[in-house]
Amino acid sequence: MAYSEKVIDHYENPRNVGSFEKDDPSVVTGMVGAPACGDVMKLQLKIDDAGIIEDAKFKTYGCGSAIASSSLVTEWVKGKTVDEAAAIKNADIAEELALPPVKIHCSILAEDAIKAAIDEYKTKNK
Amino acid sequence: MNYFDLFQFTPAFDINTAQLADRYRDLQRAVHPDKFAHESEQQKLLSVQRTAQINDGYQTLKTPLLRAEHILSLRGLELSHETTTLKDTRFLMQQMEWREALEDINHSSEPQDLIDSLYDSFADFEKNLFTHLTQLLAKDNQADNLLAADQIRKLKFMAKLQDELSRIEDKLLD
Repeated sequence: MAYSEKVIDHYENPRNVGSFEKDDPSVVTGMVGAPACGDVMKLQLKIDDAGIIEDAKFKTYGCGSAIASSSLVTEWVKGKTVDEAAAIKNADIAEELALPPVKIHCSILAEDAIKAAIDEYKTKNK
Repeated sequence: MNYFDLFQFTPAFDINTAQLADRYRDLQRAVHPDKFAHESEQQKLLSVQRTAQINDGYQTLKTPLLRAEHILSLRGLELSHETTTLKDTRFLMQQMEWREALEDINHSSEPQDLIDSLYDSFADFEKNLFTHLTQLLAKDNQADNLLAADQIRKLKFMAKLQDELSRIEDKLLD
């Protein structure tokens, strides 16, 4: 199966790979996994007092599409409010990366990672 | 298709695998395409289809993870093509750590020791998941079936880890 140029670009030059300091109180983490392929994705968001996402990092074990999807969302969420980031849909990710139907679940995983991180933020800030 | 019926087993997670192999041989012999060489085209086609079905059934019942999935599918819970996301953070953190350990193997001075200890850790963890899965499947009610599905999802991650580990080990031995 041929990957799109955008997927290859993100796969070869992934943006924002890594982790933040574990104890940083402004950092929340979304951990998700896809049982069908065994992919594991960690997305961390650094959120300021006003609820703006200052920075994002990811670590993904999975195929090129899963890595590209998570790399892309770290770029997209930066500068967004928590609610704006929560509105990102997997279809947007799949369209941007031109993912074939069999790889749509990678974009679902990335969407769910954002949601999981924001859930943690909302629980923390109740 | 109920593969337990095909192989004359009561649907259960614990089955006698020696008996399964015997029945597989018997069924295969009975429908083997060579037997139908002089029959009509339709009969030949039917025998090929039956053979494929028997092979699929055997693989499904022989492999514990597939057998468990088949049991849930017979109970109306289909897991084979799902895109459900697993969100158990503790479990996934452990998966991350193990993936990182797999990456470390190539930089290790004693790679085989690391490989052996990872095999042991994976086997222990998998054994616990299977024990829990067996208990849940025996109960056969909706709440426990849903929990059993989660065990199966986790076991799929373990299968992936073991695949990766044996791939790395093969490379190392080359």
